[in-house]
Amino acid sequence: MSDTGSILKIDNLNVHYGDFQALYDVSMEIKKGRVTSIIGSNGSGKTTLLNTVMGINKPTSGSITLNDKDISGMRTSKIVADGVTMSPEGSSIFEDMTIKENLLMGAYLPHARKRKTELVEKAFSLFPDLREKSGQLASLLSGGQRQMLSIAKAIVTDPQVIICDEISLGLAPVIIKDIYKKIKEINAAGMTVLLVEQEVKRSLKHSDYSYIMVKGRVVMEGVSGELPEEEVSSAYFGINKYA
Amino acid sequence: MYIIIQSVITGILLGGLYAVIGVGMSLVFGIMRLTNIAHGDLMILASYFTMLFAMEIVGNVFLALLITIVLMLILSFLIQTFLVNRVIDKGPEPSLLVMFGVSIIIRNALILIFGANNRTIPNPLSTTNILNSPNISISGGYLVNFIVGVAVVLVLMFIIQKTYFGMSIRATASNRMGAELLGVNTKRIFAYTLCLAVATASIAGLLIGQTFVFYPSTGPQYLITAFGVVVIGGMGSLGGTLVGGILLGLVQLLSAHFFGTGWQTIAGYVFMLVILTIRPQGIFAKARR
Ligand SMILES: Nc1ncnc2c1ncn2[C@@H]1O[C@H](COP(=O)(O)OP(=O)(O)OP(=O)(O)O)[C@@H](O)[C@H]1O
Ligand SMILES: [Mg+2]
Repeated sequence: MSDTGSILKIDNLNVHYGDFQALYDVSMEIKKGRVTSIIGSNGSGKTTLLNTVMGINKPTSGSITLNDKDISGMRTSKIVADGVTMSPEGSSIFEDMTIKENLLMGAYLPHARKRKTELVEKAFSLFPDLREKSGQLASLLSGGQRQMLSIAKAIVTDPQVIICDEISLGLAPVIIKDIYKKIKEINAAGMTVLLVEQEVKRSLKHSDYSYIMVKGRVVMEGVSGELPEEEVSSAYFGINKYA
Repeated sequence: MYIIIQSVITGILLGGLYAVIGVGMSLVFGIMRLTNIAHGDLMILASYFTMLFAMEIVGNVFLALLITIVLMLILSFLIQTFLVNRVIDKGPEPSLLVMFGVSIIIRNALILIFGANNRTIPNPLSTTNILNSPNISISGGYLVNFIVGVAVVLVLMFIIQKTYFGMSIRATASNRMGAELLGVNTKRIFAYTLCLAVATASIAGLLIGQTFVFYPSTGPQYLITAFGVVVIGGMGSLGGTLVGGILLGLVQLLSAHFFGTGWQTIAGYVFMLVILTIRPQGIFAKARR
């Protein structure tokens, strides 16, 4: 928590799907070495924001900078090469490949390829469940294990920033707890984490800094430990009432 | 009795050629979900290239094939980069139409340059019989086709299943966004895939040219053969193309034996339709979710 420079900056971002505007002047500053979380109800624009950072959606206006380099509108694979990757909402795993192959694919880029054995080993030691199933097809994994594999293969790319969209979606509380423990370990090893969470309490507990989004706008932000849970909840639900 | 054995042997050998005709199409379908409707014309284009280089310029079939492959790779890279990649994100139909256009252009360019006459690539082996007993004979040309066909499919399977490059192709096919998020430029992977397919099509073009006569509009005939192989063996299953090719060869030769040569082609189509009805995903491919 000593390093406080920002690594990823989002500035006045506007994103449209056709005529529909999904993001309105969204600005965020992701601090290096921290866990930042984005809280928001369904449809508030969290995935849209993350996908725009990753180059999957193109912004209408605004900028996204990584280490002072403008990455907005760049091709996804290029952005990954610059040091950000994402475990997306929904599945990103290679169903008809083995767990080991899924992880090896994480080492696709030249800088990771040179260290692929070491990086895959690191992912396995973080997720021992996956090591046990190393030779199995990914399609046979449970929901929680899929989520782990998705995060694990993102880690193998050895990114500076890892983004996780809805890591707890549809998972049992014990597994969610386990996954957050891993996130903490990943972060302790020096990786900057940006995650999306729908549950206020959990989000505040597991992050250093939080942004609350409602209907495509950032309505509140602050150090997670200092944000009053009730206020966050009422921001979250308050506007939801009129939705 | 010997005649049936002869049909079976010839059918199997022909199947090896069919496999190499179909394998490129199966690869492109399996990886890019693209039905490459220009596959037949690309093969015939390669037949013309090898004919031209082998007979007029370098005088050596192997060197001619190498030059042809290089030219075909450049062509396919251009097709992929400037045509297919522009539309591949817009669903399957636009790419299908683009390849349809490519098919028409190749056919007409061939007519303009080479005329509509029959051509063939001379092959000393085609008139040599490896085995020549009173009852059974094995044509050297067919045997070479079979060996080359099997070798091409096996090499392709090795690349796709056992190399890191092949793994990145499989990953792209399995989950394109998932691959992109690991830094894989999936459009480039598509271009490489088409290159691999076109390399096999070049080899198929040489074998076709050495075995049968060809002319600018023969492409669609081999496109249908490729379709048959891929449908029978299973869309996207490389090993399946070997089985599909051999089954198609057997069905054609045996039906010619039992019902007369007029039935050869139609029996192949009927067999393909039967497979489509009882096992639409083909014999080897897994059903898609
Ligand atoms: N491809 C799309 N085309 C049109 N509208 C879209 C598209 N994707 C998302 N939207 C709309 O944009 C808004 C924001 O969606 P988004 O998926 O970013 O929300 P979210 O915060 O991630 O929600 P959830 O928590 O349910 O995942 C929603 O109103 C949604 O309907
Ligand atoms: Mg979402």
